[in-house]
Amino acid sequence: MPLTLSLREQPAVPLEAEGLSPDRLAGLRRAEVEALAVWHGNRRRQLSDFFAVSGEGGEELRVEGDLRRVKFIGAGMTAGRLTVAGDAGMHTGAEMRGGELLVEGDVGDFAGTGMRGGRLVVRGSAGHQLGGAPPGERAGMRGGEIVVHGDAGEQVGAGLRRGLIAVAGSVGDAAGLRMLAGTIVALGRLGAAPGAGMRRGTIVAMSEARPLPTFAFACAYRPPFLRMYLRHLRGLGLPLADEQIEGRYARWSGDGLELRRGELLIFESGG
Amino acid sequence: MRLNGTEVVDTFAEAFPMWGARIVITAESPAWAHEAARSLTGFATSVIGCKCEAGLERELDPAETPDGRPGASALLFANDRDGLAKRLVERIGQSVLTCPTTACFNGLDAAETVDVGGQLRFFGDGYQASKLLDGRRYWRVPVMEGEFLVEERFSIAEGVAGGNIIILGRDVAEALHAAEAAAAAMRTVRDMILPFPGGIARSGSKVGSRYSGLIASTNEVLCPTLRAQVPHSDVPSEIGSVFEIVIDGLTLESVREAMARGLEAAARAGASQVTAGNYGGNLGPHHIELRGLVPGLRD
Repeated sequence: MPLTLSLREQPAVPLEAEGLSPDRLAGLRRAEVEALAVWHGNRRRQLSDFFAVSGEGGEELRVEGDLRRVKFIGAGMTAGRLTVAGDAGMHTGAEMRGGELLVEGDVGDFAGTGMRGGRLVVRGSAGHQLGGAPPGERAGMRGGEIVVHGDAGEQVGAGLRRGLIAVAGSVGDAAGLRMLAGTIVALGRLGAAPGAGMRRGTIVAMSEARPLPTFAFACAYRPPFLRMYLRHLRGLGLPLADEQIEGRYARWSGDGLELRRGELLIFESGG
Repeated sequence: MRLNGTEVVDTFAEAFPMWGARIVITAESPAWAHEAARSLTGFATSVIGCKCEAGLERELDPAETPDGRPGASALLFANDRDGLAKRLVERIGQSVLTCPTTACFNGLDAAETVDVGGQLRFFGDGYQASKLLDGRRYWRVPVMEGEFLVEERFSIAEGVAGGNIIILGRDVAEALHAAEAAAAAMRTVRDMILPFPGGIARSGSKVGSRYSGLIASTNEVLCPTLRAQVPHSDVPSEIGSVFEIVIDGLTLESVREAMARGLEAAARAGASQVTAGNYGGNLGPHHIELRGLVPGLRD
């Protein structure tokens, strides 16, 4: 049985649990895990004050309970597999560098911000600023993959520099805001102002999208790289049809207020 | 030794280390993937005159390729790492980048890599863009047709070149029939190629020449027309034609397996004699004995 942390009850104020990642807990004895520090509001507490600990530490870690008020789960993890059985709070997977973090429910805002590697999979929906930039920084996510099976909020991939963000459901406004590079794939509805201020990178829209006036139409074609990306995402469980993988996409170049080196690729149904 | 009535000379093929790479080409149709692979591997029969040796390894189903399109894989060999890197850039640049609808990927899993797409990207003249997926970087080079996609780094590995069998027949028809059967059987082996036209060479060479500056010349001891002129000939009196099949492989095992299948097929097809080329065992580290290569060989 993997090391399992079960939240006894939802904390009254947010609990910051930055150490909850399999690589940091691997090799620790149960007493050492229970003694790990967490911040409950502005008070330093022990992990065991909130979680029941069972199982053995290894490459896998499981966290259970109503974790909507538990922040920074899996933040900075470098390896292993972390499963959150339920919803997770803000900053989940922030600054991740490796391994896989699976959230079976929803995640709060700022999930995957500053991520540099690994894979964050959200079975439910994500909040705002998914894969965005840490406060005060220009660049957002710098590597790795985020896959959301539900919807995502506003400013997905803001400042994205490298990596892949894919959302099966709808994506809020200003996706790819000021993005520098990388790829965002929206299978559902794409909100207003996609790619505003983007310099490079790719935003893929599978449904109708309205490019900003500062984007210019180039052509409709079948981007060779996109087949690989979409096949990869289908392998991760996203519902992509052959028609989309082999399909034709309208290429809009932008943002003209920046380098105009970015692209918005809009799927042409029946193309 | 004899196999199915064919005399098999008790000798060995002498093979050498050579650096190899696998190039996977995809396209909108199998025909265009094949066309690009054919062009990529053209004029690459021998390092003696072509600086590399290359051949089509096999056709690939869409399920086997990185982008899910039909494809072809080719192997390319050169004497050293730097030479291989240069040939990859030259040949992919001239034969794959130019070919309609193609994309080009590394098809080998090895620790050592060379920069290929990272060089070819400059054709994009500043308009190129890169994508990073699963730790592998790809370059998107804009071209008049649309976009050429090429992987940045290609793996290279030390392989084995110069495996061979030599097939002797009473006349051209008999020898060529046996050689064709052998080549067809050998092509069923993975991880290796037959670099000569149709897999078959009619002009096996020896090292050096009486003319200064020539590093290779005709192998007179196996030329039937010279049997009465040379001090020593390996051509029996009833033989009128000789062909050689050269094998380059990513592994010694693939070269050995190809030789075994070729030997069996040549014997089944009625070759008078099968032998192998070597340099007395003084040059190449890999000695592949014909004895023991196939189970049916009898003294």
